[in-house]
Amino acid sequence: MLGYILKRLLLTLPTLLLVSVGVFLFIRLIPGDPALVLLGEGADAASLAGVRADLGLDRPLPVQFLTWLGHAVRGDLGRSIFSGEPVSTLILQHFGLTALVVLTAVTLATLIAITAGLVAAWRQDSAIDLAVVGAATVVLAVPSFWLGLVLLLLFGVKLGWLPFVGYVPFSESAVQAALFLVMPIVTLTITESGVLTRMMRASSIDVLQLDYVTHARAKGLPESTVLIRHVFPNAFAPTLTLVGLTLGHLLGGVAVIETVFTLPGLGRLMVDAVLARDYPVVQGCLLFTAVVYVVVNLLVDLCYPIFDPRVTAR
Amino acid sequence: MNGKIGIALIGLLLLTIVVGLLWMPYDPNAIDLAHSLSSPAANHWFGTDEFGRDVLSRSMLGARISVLIALGAVGLAISVGTALGVLAGYLRGWTDRLLMMVTDAVLAFPGILLALALMAVLGSSGSSIIFALAIAYAPSVVRVVRGTVLSIREREFIEASRVAGDNAFRTMVRHVLPNIVPPIVVLATSLFGWALLSESALSFLGVGVPPPAPTWGNMLSASRPYMDVASWLSIVPGVCIAGTLLGVNLLGDALRDWLDPRRRS
Repeated sequence: MLGYILKRLLLTLPTLLLVSVGVFLFIRLIPGDPALVLLGEGADAASLAGVRADLGLDRPLPVQFLTWLGHAVRGDLGRSIFSGEPVSTLILQHFGLTALVVLTAVTLATLIAITAGLVAAWRQDSAIDLAVVGAATVVLAVPSFWLGLVLLLLFGVKLGWLPFVGYVPFSESAVQAALFLVMPIVTLTITESGVLTRMMRASSIDVLQLDYVTHARAKGLPESTVLIRHVFPNAFAPTLTLVGLTLGHLLGGVAVIETVFTLPGLGRLMVDAVLARDYPVVQGCLLFTAVVYVVVNLLVDLCYPIFDPRVTAR
Repeated sequence: MNGKIGIALIGLLLLTIVVGLLWMPYDPNAIDLAHSLSSPAANHWFGTDEFGRDVLSRSMLGARISVLIALGAVGLAISVGTALGVLAGYLRGWTDRLLMMVTDAVLAFPGILLALALMAVLGSSGSSIIFALAIAYAPSVVRVVRGTVLSIREREFIEASRVAGDNAFRTMVRHVLPNIVPPIVVLATSLFGWALLSESALSFLGVGVPPPAPTWGNMLSASRPYMDVASWLSIVPGVCIAGTLLGVNLLGDALRDWLDPRRRS
């Protein structure tokens, strides 16, 4: 077990290194002086010289990279061209909201996927199965932002049940904040449940055909026990991997949902930074989301042995 | 059954594109402010937008642009990804290890955010979307192709080719490549759906194809301020995207079942 954890930890190091090289080179891809790119057009000569000295732009590229990495590891990702705030502060301010929305939505979507997938597989080709597969296929085809817009039009504009423009932080009014988050969370839950349900159903169908399930039934166990105690743990592993991938990507990628519902999350921060050419912020967000993705998937992999003890044996 | 619905939907899409090449009810970019935001009627089947442009004509041209971009991105991702995947899977060793590390690193960036950042560098245009999406998708192609090649390279006909004195390049092109087509076709179908979705998402975020050229994504994006007064502006491109994706997904499922002997009944 300890060996498995150590091996998995070691495997993430080259990935993280390559990720940081990629993010570092991102600024260099932009034509022009990197110091000017980082400070924006209006920068004065003194601060330009300061950044040049700070990044060591006169030294060889590998040295520049190590300098930059040293700053980044200590949480110094530079400053926003426009607000002048440290990029790390901006990221942390925006990440909480994104994490809340994504974690809630992915948890709900996973619960829906497990229930619907298991039941559909259990009664394969029945009306319930067809309904589940049909719904999952339709959900997969609907762009999340369109679903969001339709919900917004229906419950926000036409019915007026839920607020939809802007956001009130939890510190000001917990009820208001929760109301603002209902539609984004519902939208994300619906879109993400499609692919998870299909995965859960497919792996449950495979597991249901195995001998030990027949054996469990032959013992006279009730169907609910067979499904929950015997089918679920074995069918869940592939879905868990997918949950990890979804979670990791969504934490950075809910930009579209945050744009639809004008939520000040991490995705929105990056979209605004891209539109405003605020490169230090773009660079910081890229690095942060990639690291989050790697860490989330590391955690998922470390959870694997709970469901499948054979993993550690390899 | 599902496959047939998929073929029908894709057929409808292709028909729309072909008809759009020959004839459109109006000039898609003709501004007619006297008739802005008019609801669907006999002279404008899908209504008009805020500039009085015909939504049907714009959707038809949008179909062409959106599909071309998705095809370009998938084509580029598949060709680059297949080449690298075959190299990694067939040569093994350090080539494989290095390529896998790079793929893992690229996969660590959320696809949309990576494309978004690349668009910031490349600027907004059709070709930069194709390029950005191809970079975001190529790693998954590399992974799938490598996995398939790993199992194929142990088969007898590959050994036969080696014994016959073929060099590695010839073996890869003549014997490995033809045998990995089925999984690539299935992957390409699902990537096409993703590319279509990402193109519309990027347009929606404001870094897509610049106006006035219509894509389904930027039409949807432009409809936001008029949602309550002109709901058709968001419904029409939304249904176009959803219908195409549904068709592509159903077709992809059917192809996978047809190509996978275990699922063939």
